[in-house]
Amino acid sequence: MNDVMIFSVISLGAIGIAAAVILYFVAQKFKVIEDPKIDEVEEALPAANCGGCGFPGCRNFAEATVKSANESKHIEGLNCPVGGNDVMTTVAAILGLEVEESKPLIAVIRCNGSRENSPQKVEYDGPATCAFAHNLYSGEGGCQYGCLGLGDCVAACQFDAIHMDPVTGLPVVNDKCVACGACVKACPRDIIELRFKGPKDKRIFVSCVNKERGGPAKKNCAVACIGCGLCEKECKFDAITIINNLAYIDYEKCKLCRKCVPVCPTNAIHELHFPPKKEKPVKPEAAVKEEKPELPASKEETDKGGVPPEDAKPGNQQA
Amino acid sequence: MSMLTVSGSPHVHGDSSVKKIMYTVVIAMVPAMLVSVYFFGLDALRVLVISSLSCLFFEWLIQKYLIKGPVTIFDGSALITGILLAFNVPSNLPTWIIIVGAFVAIGMAKMSFGGLGKNPFNPALVGRIFLLISFPVQMTSWPEPKMLFGSMASQPDAMGGATPLGFLKEGLKNSTVPELMSKMPDLMMDFIGFIGGSLGEVSVVALLLGAIYMLIKKVITWQIPFAYIGSVVVFTGILWLIDPDMYVDPLFHLLTGGLILGAFFMATDMVSSPISPWGQIVFGIGCGVITILIRIWGAYPEGVSFAILIMNAFTPLLNRWLKPKLFGETIKAA
Amino acid sequence: MGILKTFSLGGVHPPENKLSADQAIEVLPLPKQAFIPLNQNLGAPGVAQVQKGDVIKVGQLLAKGEAFISSNVHSPVSGKVLKIDNVMDPSGYRRPAVVVNVDGDEWVDGIDRTDTLVKEIKLSQKEIVEKIHQLGIVGLGGATFPSHVKLMVPEGKTADVLIINGVECEPYLTADHRLMIEKGDEILVGTTILMKGLGVERAIIGIENNKPDAIKNMTELAGKFKGIEVCPLKVKYPQGGEKQLIKATIRREVPSGKLPIEVGAVVNNVGTAFAVYQAVQKNKPLIERVVTITGKSVAKPGNFMVRIGTPIRELIEKAGGLPEDSGKMIGGGPMMGKALLSMDTPVVKGSSGILILRESESKRVDVKNCIRCARCVSVCPMGLEAVLLAQLAEMEMWEESEQENVMDCIECGSCHYTCPSGRPLLDYIRLGKSKVGQIIRNRGKK
Repeated sequence: MNDVMIFSVISLGAIGIAAAVILYFVAQKFKVIEDPKIDEVEEALPAANCGGCGFPGCRNFAEATVKSANESKHIEGLNCPVGGNDVMTTVAAILGLEVEESKPLIAVIRCNGSRENSPQKVEYDGPATCAFAHNLYSGEGGCQYGCLGLGDCVAACQFDAIHMDPVTGLPVVNDKCVACGACVKACPRDIIELRFKGPKDKRIFVSCVNKERGGPAKKNCAVACIGCGLCEKECKFDAITIINNLAYIDYEKCKLCRKCVPVCPTNAIHELHFPPKKEKPVKPEAAVKEEKPELPASKEETDKGGVPPEDAKPGNQQA
Repeated sequence: MSMLTVSGSPHVHGDSSVKKIMYTVVIAMVPAMLVSVYFFGLDALRVLVISSLSCLFFEWLIQKYLIKGPVTIFDGSALITGILLAFNVPSNLPTWIIIVGAFVAIGMAKMSFGGLGKNPFNPALVGRIFLLISFPVQMTSWPEPKMLFGSMASQPDAMGGATPLGFLKEGLKNSTVPELMSKMPDLMMDFIGFIGGSLGEVSVVALLLGAIYMLIKKVITWQIPFAYIGSVVVFTGILWLIDPDMYVDPLFHLLTGGLILGAFFMATDMVSSPISPWGQIVFGIGCGVITILIRIWGAYPEGVSFAILIMNAFTPLLNRWLKPKLFGETIKAA
Repeated sequence: MGILKTFSLGGVHPPENKLSADQAIEVLPLPKQAFIPLNQNLGAPGVAQVQKGDVIKVGQLLAKGEAFISSNVHSPVSGKVLKIDNVMDPSGYRRPAVVVNVDGDEWVDGIDRTDTLVKEIKLSQKEIVEKIHQLGIVGLGGATFPSHVKLMVPEGKTADVLIINGVECEPYLTADHRLMIEKGDEILVGTTILMKGLGVERAIIGIENNKPDAIKNMTELAGKFKGIEVCPLKVKYPQGGEKQLIKATIRREVPSGKLPIEVGAVVNNVGTAFAVYQAVQKNKPLIERVVTITGKSVAKPGNFMVRIGTPIRELIEKAGGLPEDSGKMIGGGPMMGKALLSMDTPVVKGSSGILILRESESKRVDVKNCIRCARCVSVCPMGLEAVLLAQLAEMEMWEESEQENVMDCIECGSCHYTCPSGRPLLDYIRLGKSKVGQIIRNRGKK
């Protein structure tokens, strides 16, 4: 009995040692020499592998930063939106460089076509994915630019920062948002935009992406931007532009003065986290009728928002 | 008038449903159930009822309290598992062992993978193999078949309660096939089912009735059972031609053990068998070869369950390897 | 008759429900307002040739198709152009359309509006193609592929047979069926024109066996025409798919990812043949088509000759109004048609029918777990693994989808139709197709 044990111990031990020796030499032979800084940078990153930086994962981002630092002595254009300034400063320190601080961003939902504002006209019956519904039709509320409410953005978010509001049927972004941009890519209608988070989270934006003329836009949604241009006139900082019947507030130029908010006849301009104003301005209903002159459909209109994809039609002749 | 619906085409749906498919299989198993009760008496009924009820119960329990999802115990899939499990055990199996088997089949083999459609292995077979390995004595002491009514020549005494396959395997250690065959009931008995064995596997004629029903209803395709049985016949036929003293003839292999039950009711399980026709044929041939390997050279007298489970494991590979024929493919390659 | 021909791979048998098969084609009165979408064909949209306030006549050019795969749109009505605006079209989106206030029925000169049959073909091959191009003829089977493009055989390829699609495999629809009974001679002349345009000596008209009267009529009439034969086919969906029809009639298999011309065949619908006849012999552009209005609850299902741009509301009212229990409006047949959002949607060149489903028929069955029964695989006429493609699309694995030939899918819907678990397989496959298509197009740009 003892013999068996001793032999087992010796033979197993010998195999173990032999294997260890082989493994050691193999490891030496196939060793990949890497810049140790890559590991250091990777350590500093959030390890979320969200892809917000444009690389598939944190490791790839680390490799890219180290390469850039070694070759051109700067890491401009490389930014980890999740880690923000803190992380990028740390990364820069590791690489012996300095970075400019960037203002933090947050995802903003530019549609307010809730069930109340844009009443349901038809019922959708199919898989709960915006990507498919976008190919199929304009939307339950009839707006072909607005939110489909099926939650592709929610599914894309890895940070639990975006949820569907069951009452309005629209997604809502919370503080956990790190501006990785996954939802922006997921939205088939380009509704979500990354904008400055703003001081104390104060933000002003046009909550609409409808490029139709005022009449049709208003028909489908009570709070659609009708492109009337009142906000553009009101803005002292040239922050508001109107293209294709749609107002857009440039967040780099906007000084958060809030002058544009009350002039909007359809309440399409939203302000977030501002202290309430003393008196609520009365809705200037009359302004609604002031439609913009008709414009022929311009080329910019044919982006992915308004027109269904080319292959929306059945691909084969069928009788 | 309510709102119009918008959805992608097609806007009509055929009349097939999971429930229909499952209950067709259940109906196809009725003849074999009746025969089992006829030959093994009320004990068979007890096994059937306990096995089915406990399968349904465990599925309900897990869906309701563990997964907390919708309860779908009436779609018929758990019932099939229960009946198939009962078909695969001897009629004198203690009740508690059956319940353990049902738990393993439903809990471990089915629900832990995500429920209907997600299980890589046939749940009833996993349950059966678990019981066979854990309780070998209870699982292989077969009761002698007794008729509920009427009479038929009783079995030769030399058989005891053993199945023909078990008897053969034991006997071949110091005897030859022709000698052993003379001690066994004739093949007609095997065909009708008046032999020792698990509940559902004994009566080939009842199983074939069900199989024909399923084929007519298009619940199963011909590929798997025919490839399975065909490969068994070819393989054992070759061996039999080489040495009829050592190897028994193909007909005996066909009519004994769980081959027919396995080929028509368990290997054809949609969830765990390949998708493409060619994959199904390879799957069937694999089952047949492994069955015979185990029957002739393995430690167990019967190899159907193991064969099907082993081939289940190959299903994903077969799905990858053997694709259905693509329209216009042959010309593309040229 | 022996064993009837059909295609070999897959296929399903949805209930036929040809409710309007005995209803003769009626002419629908002109609408008060017509909405003529500028893009009514597969490919690039046309460029508007009229302006707000213009007074137009029937047959006047409204939009010019300038791209290669694109076609002209002519005015189906006379009156004043109210505006050019976005109008809901059958795609489910509002897209540019000419809105016309209809006034009288004044036609431009040179269009022969009589019913006399003109058999003699005066134009040369080149002139025929040009005429078809000018008068905006597109495939009327539903895909609306510009017909003149089909007649231009690419260099290095030769066509040896023209196949005329009279299959109408979609349940409910009877437009082509009625056309074959009532306008058989015109279709055959149109076929002869197409043969000349294509430069082939042989044409086969494929008709499913559930239309014995059409088969009889066409066979009798075809005797008087050279090189045209009628081929009765076994009823099986989707036999009207180009590739399936070619396989069924001449046993040739179009290679994966290629056009029918690869095997020397060109397929055109009977409706297209009729439109070609009218264009070439009568100088009449494609401004009207036969549309079936049908549904189990529809009071008077029927077939109507409808001007393009007529809102479907007019059709529905003609058929007895929208039934109380309506749950879904479909432009086309139940297998491949598109759900319509509004009764103001106009009839376009590709509208073969309007189907009104009852509320009880319009909801999809509950989705259950896939039981891997492989029925979707066995019914796929293209030999695809629908279950796998749908899973890949659900997991957004586009490269794998492409390798699994997702682009070969003809979207016939057999997989979804047959799925016992009611899984929306085609919805996901279509998503996969559109994503993979985008990827392929982007690759082409680089």
